[in-house]
Amino acid sequence: MFNNRTINVLIPLISVILGLLAGAVIMLLFGYNPILGYGALWNGAFGDSYFFGETIRMVTPYILSGLAVAFALRTGLLNIGVEGQVFVGWMASVWIGVAFELPMIVHLPLAVSAAAAAGAFWGFIPGILKAKLGVHEVIVTIMMNYIALYSTNAIVRHVITDGEDQTERVAPSASLASDWIAELTFYSRMHYGILIAVFMALIMWFILNKTTRGFELRSVGYNPHASNYAGMSVGKNIVLAMMISGAFAGLAGAMEGLGTYGYLAAKSGFTNIGFEGIAVALLGANTAIGVVLAAFLFGTLKIGALNMPTVADVPTELVEIVIALIIFFVASSYMIRWFILRFKKEGK
Amino acid sequence: MKSRRFLLILALLLSFGLVLAACGSSDEADDSGGDDGESEEGGEQSGEDFSVAMVTDVGGVDDKSFNQSSWEGLQAFGDENGLEEGEGYDYAQSDSEGDYTTNLSRLVRQDFNLIYGIGYLLQPALEEVAEQNPETNFGLVDSVAEGDNIVSITFKEHEGSFLAGVAAALKTETDKIGFIGGEDGDLIRKFESGYVAGAKSVNPDIEIDIKYAESFAAADKGKLIASNMYNNDIDVIYHASGATGNGVFAEAKDRKQNNSDENIWVIGVDRDQHEEGQIDGNNITLTSMVKRVDVAVNEVATLTMEGEFPGGEVMEYGLDDDAISIAKTNEDAMTEDIVSKVDEWKEKIANGEVEVPSTDEELEEFESSL
Repeated sequence: MFNNRTINVLIPLISVILGLLAGAVIMLLFGYNPILGYGALWNGAFGDSYFFGETIRMVTPYILSGLAVAFALRTGLLNIGVEGQVFVGWMASVWIGVAFELPMIVHLPLAVSAAAAAGAFWGFIPGILKAKLGVHEVIVTIMMNYIALYSTNAIVRHVITDGEDQTERVAPSASLASDWIAELTFYSRMHYGILIAVFMALIMWFILNKTTRGFELRSVGYNPHASNYAGMSVGKNIVLAMMISGAFAGLAGAMEGLGTYGYLAAKSGFTNIGFEGIAVALLGANTAIGVVLAAFLFGTLKIGALNMPTVADVPTELVEIVIALIIFFVASSYMIRWFILRFKKEGK
Repeated sequence: MKSRRFLLILALLLSFGLVLAACGSSDEADDSGGDDGESEEGGEQSGEDFSVAMVTDVGGVDDKSFNQSSWEGLQAFGDENGLEEGEGYDYAQSDSEGDYTTNLSRLVRQDFNLIYGIGYLLQPALEEVAEQNPETNFGLVDSVAEGDNIVSITFKEHEGSFLAGVAAALKTETDKIGFIGGEDGDLIRKFESGYVAGAKSVNPDIEIDIKYAESFAAADKGKLIASNMYNNDIDVIYHASGATGNGVFAEAKDRKQNNSDENIWVIGVDRDQHEEGQIDGNNITLTSMVKRVDVAVNEVATLTMEGEFPGGEVMEYGLDDDAISIAKTNEDAMTEDIVSKVDEWKEKIANGEVEVPSTDEELEEFESSL
């Protein structure tokens, strides 16, 4: 009845339920009405087509940043640098978007692939350092985040524009936004990027599960020494894994740059898209389909939360608590596993 | 063993019950949504058919500064006109840059008549949403936006900052003063230019250290920069950095706590930040460059309610209509001497004798003319 696979599916599901329940208890303790609160959240995310569009808009980059983290984790690497890779991808896509005027069929793919390439490059640096010198990727990627943040700010201010805080809008030929979707969803910022994101989830599944290279990548993740002994090049696979992971992250940046905003503004801090990606990957158990579902949940919670203070007087911070609790329960999956197994044993 | 299993099942059942209760929520929420609708109609019947809302920037509605002041303005407007919070007036808080458009659009969809974007950071989002919703009126505080259904509210912060500079230059004992800005940009440059001009008008040789925290919401950075400045003998710091300034106050208060003889001061911004500087009978808030966002927000809301929405216009508030002023709450620190000097300069600005610079270029000109 409970084989390993079902348990792996059950753990995130139970975590989400427990997280929401705990959120409800917290709301009760602080004198808010949890039914009203979650009702507002639901309406804020799916209440009408505008909110639905905004939810999808939020889900899109989460899918990609989640894929980036998940891909690296599957190959035994912890890519904390997704945030920085999102930044460079965002910048690359916008730069191509504003600098050229090309027919759409060339321009859009060019801008999107520039983002992926920039992200891959940003992943390449920690990858090569790890492969050649054994520098731990967590440390390098964290530092690369700051380098990305401050250098994109400087480039926005002094290279792309002349002292402005924000770039021009990308040319329509490089934009993922569509009037058709905007009209359908009352001017939400939903854009075609969602198709790219879902397609990329397929690609990740395909690479990891259906190709020899994917097998090697996973194998290096499981046990580098055994893989080395089996004749695989560990270093090469590490670099490749970081680059693919970075490319996913760069695409997440392109979603923001070409889809949601259409420009890049100098930022005072991180966007958190990359950091949320870690949570998304964790909840999605590092699988492609799991990441898509988890990103959907996170997008829903984030957008729905904005509706909670006005409708139900519940502060938006509560949703942050719920998300944190969900992650907590996933991370302490041992506890849930123990309960399930216990139940199973006694049920016999 | 048996009872244990029973307990487990009981616990599971209970949690299922809770889940089911939560699932049932959507209907009930719908019901209550209906109630809201009815009570809104009830409000309309009592003659009030006007509602106003604002979207904060990332500083949040309790930033003790700019956003909070705007919200106080809306609350005052609500009180004056018998509106209820949540229906007649409300705010939406933005946690990130991505929330601006979502919040603005959401308020439009909740049928607010006038929607304010607080802070120049909202300008692109506000212009976009205003264009999509020509029927709704919008107000942008602190920056100029284009659109027939947008009124732009700006302030002559450079004039107020000039007076803050005068006060700082008179108060300092080390002839070194500091300025901490939020995000670098045209707006905060206005504060900076005015402050520098004011200080140099009193003492042309004064040293002014200018730092930007690159954020309006990073109290930790504010604290760090302030700590560096105070260590370098700077004794008066003027901050124009929203919630980042809370860190400046925290640092100054820590120092005062450790050594009550140390003469260090902070000049507040936007609201009278006298309370922020209170520590054991001392107060380290020298003064504040008060910018009555609340008055402006209230005034424009009143105009709009009366059907005279100044769409497409730029409303500029300055020293002459008391929308910009220098707080004199800290009477121990703002000695009569300083106050009279400040008033003197204020007079000079009012009668046009002094043209306060508002950009870097104007400041250079101003300095060379000293």
